[in-house]
Amino acid sequence: MQILQEISEVLQSGNGEKVAALTKQAIEKEILPKDVLDKGLIAGMNIVGEKYRSHDLFLPEVLLAAKAMYAGMDILKPLFLKDGIPTLGRVVMGTVQGDIHDIGKNLVSIMLRGAGFDVIDLGKDVSPKKFVETARKEKARVIGMSALLTTTMVVMKRVIDLLRKEGLQGKIKTIIGGAPVSAEFAEQIGADAYGYDSMNSVDCIKRLMEKE
Amino acid sequence: MPNSNEMFNPRPVLKFLDDSIIKKIITEARSILGNLGVEIHNKEILSMLHDHGAKVDMTKGHVLLTDDVIDDALKKTPRSFKLYDVLGNETHDFSGYEVHFTPGSAALNILDSNTQEIRRPTTEDYVRYAKLVSQLQNIASQSTAFIPADVHEHISDSYRLYLSLLYCEKPVVTGAFTVEAFTVMKELQVAVRGDEDGLAAKPLAVFSCCPTSPLKWSEVTSQNVVDCARFSIPVEFISMPLSGFMAPVTLVGTLVQHTAETLSGIVISQLTKPGAPVLYGGSPAIFDVRYETTPMGAIGTQMIDCAYNEIGKYLGIPTQAYISLSDAKQLDAQAGLESSMGATLAALAGINNISGPGMLDFESCQSLEKLLLDNEICGMALRLTKGIQPKEDFPALPRFEELLKEQHLLISEHTQKYLKEELYFPGPVIDRANRPRWQDEGSSTLLQRAQKEVEKLIEHYAPSRLPDTIKRELTKIMSEEARRCGMSDLPRIDV
Ligand code: B12
Repeated sequence: MQILQEISEVLQSGNGEKVAALTKQAIEKEILPKDVLDKGLIAGMNIVGEKYRSHDLFLPEVLLAAKAMYAGMDILKPLFLKDGIPTLGRVVMGTVQGDIHDIGKNLVSIMLRGAGFDVIDLGKDVSPKKFVETARKEKARVIGMSALLTTTMVVMKRVIDLLRKEGLQGKIKTIIGGAPVSAEFAEQIGADAYGYDSMNSVDCIKRLMEKE
Repeated sequence: MPNSNEMFNPRPVLKFLDDSIIKKIITEARSILGNLGVEIHNKEILSMLHDHGAKVDMTKGHVLLTDDVIDDALKKTPRSFKLYDVLGNETHDFSGYEVHFTPGSAALNILDSNTQEIRRPTTEDYVRYAKLVSQLQNIASQSTAFIPADVHEHISDSYRLYLSLLYCEKPVVTGAFTVEAFTVMKELQVAVRGDEDGLAAKPLAVFSCCPTSPLKWSEVTSQNVVDCARFSIPVEFISMPLSGFMAPVTLVGTLVQHTAETLSGIVISQLTKPGAPVLYGGSPAIFDVRYETTPMGAIGTQMIDCAYNEIGKYLGIPTQAYISLSDAKQLDAQAGLESSMGATLAALAGINNISGPGMLDFESCQSLEKLLLDNEICGMALRLTKGIQPKEDFPALPRFEELLKEQHLLISEHTQKYLKEELYFPGPVIDRANRPRWQDEGSSTLLQRAQKEVEKLIEHYAPSRLPDTIKRELTKIMSEEARRCGMSDLPRIDV
């Protein structure tokens, strides 16, 4: 449909006003809200992601596109009143206890939201208990942990051990990231995935969800 | 020598800013501190600031710093200070345009000397590092360059300081990862000097303490500032605005933020203890919006470093920067070019404590081979700072009469006197052989020469002259600390 294509294009150029206006038009034309979301907004964001990877777009342009997407989402939200706007799933994010580095984690959270995930960001210095309790209470499907210090990366294992103890391992997937950790370390501590930058992390989390 | 020569200061100096723009940047930074303030997650510091007249909101952990408070702190800040090695000899004069190099610190990984693959460092690697750095002429201090992974994580910061003090006589650039670690790191230093007064009189280590951009101090790092000040242990403030991300994209905008954050650190330190030694430092970086990284080798990063150093100098405070390091992953041309550009700019700008040598990969990987190469880069940069200066060159006639008569000046008295002072001769890692000789000697690559030289120096290491009684005391302190976190033994080492 022409108008969904247009939504995707103006979203890619970061024009939130136009995205909102076109989203309204699409609804008036009685296009299903779900289609506007998937084939317009999310489709546009996916192309933005690809262009970011290939350096045709830089990070600020990606964030502008994400902002434009939200302008469209705001129009759609009331139409999904019953079950809420469909998301790709809920992710609990945080920097582990003892660590105050949160820049990388914030960036991953932003990109996850842009890709259509529902993110609960617990901030930094997050205890294992807080990770696990929040994930359980909020019915999150994934816990994302960040650590930038060799001294704090060990906390990640404690989160996974706690999940195991509570019988939640496998039900709630885990992904880790940050300079001192690696795919090998993820395997070693029993984390389900490792992400090295924001786009890669989005891909990894999508794959985690598919695996279910 | 004629009078005009005596007036001439041969030291070349690099400047990006003039006084009017520096004043403007400082004014803007003050206005930010006065209007937006800083967030400090530390009740003790907040109440201290309150007692000194700052506007504190205890519940929000927020403080507005007025000009009065800032001026008061600046007035108390020392204009210079010195460092002393473990034996008590003066090694560093942090003043004016004096420059000293120190290895980049706190790497996560080491590039294995043989395989050139990254891996987690061990005690053995640290000992090799300390043995090497003791012999590198152009690296004035050691830093706690990486974190040995074979000890409990709770002691990983103090343990590297322990190893440094055992094996290498040079003073140390270091830092604590937690509030608790400071105590043992202080104890280790006190053991070397005999008592707390001895340590205060002759500083042995500089602690890096980082505000969190934008305009925030975490509990750990702010408490480290206070604890250091109490014992007159020097602090280098490491503000890290990231241009375009956690700071304005422009270099001037980033400088305003860096100034505000650094001034807030100075206030915490000087109000805790007037006259506590500090370095006006930092590790700002531009943010690469394509790769989501903080490149230390970027030209923009290096320009910010040199420029905030000018602001520090304007305020009369000695300076520090993370410059002369590279984001390359191995010892390649990028590693060489980024490190040498940084070292050159930093030396010309007169940054007093230049942190970087040996470091790769966004401050995350140390390489002994790179450290050895960087030692040469530092040597060249240090030579550069001495500039060009007449040395019995005028009148020129007699020297040229000698040349014409003898046909060469190889053994002239003038040559003998000035050869090594005037011309810098790098070690064997820098290739100066003609091609046939280079081929005859195995057509070695830079990496191969560096590997060979690293092994040679480590083999030729002479133990630190720190008395055995003190070495034993250090081991006692460290072992007790290790036991406290459940390690019955420290890794075996021969001292
Ligand atoms: C900026 C920075 C800081 C800032 C942090 C500001 C903030 N709000 O986060 C400040 C100044 C506060 C800081 C403080 C300290 N720091 Co620091 N810091 C850095 C630095 C230079 C860059 C980190 C960064 O933001 N990179 C940019 C972001 C975008 O990248 P990223 O974090 O890697 O994240 C990406 C990926 O890793 C991944 N990712 C990250 N998290 C997650 C999570 C998930 C779930 C997924 C899927 C992916 C993912 O995606 C992200 C986006 O691309 C690093 C160097 C480095 N190489 O990492 C040192 C570094 C990590 N810091 C270090 C140190 C030592 C400290 C201090 C202890 C210093 C001190 N003595 O005070 C304190 C920490 C105190 C504490 N208890 O936490 C050391 C670590 C040493 C060690 N062996 O552990 C490093 C390596 C530098 C060094 N050599 O000294 N630091």
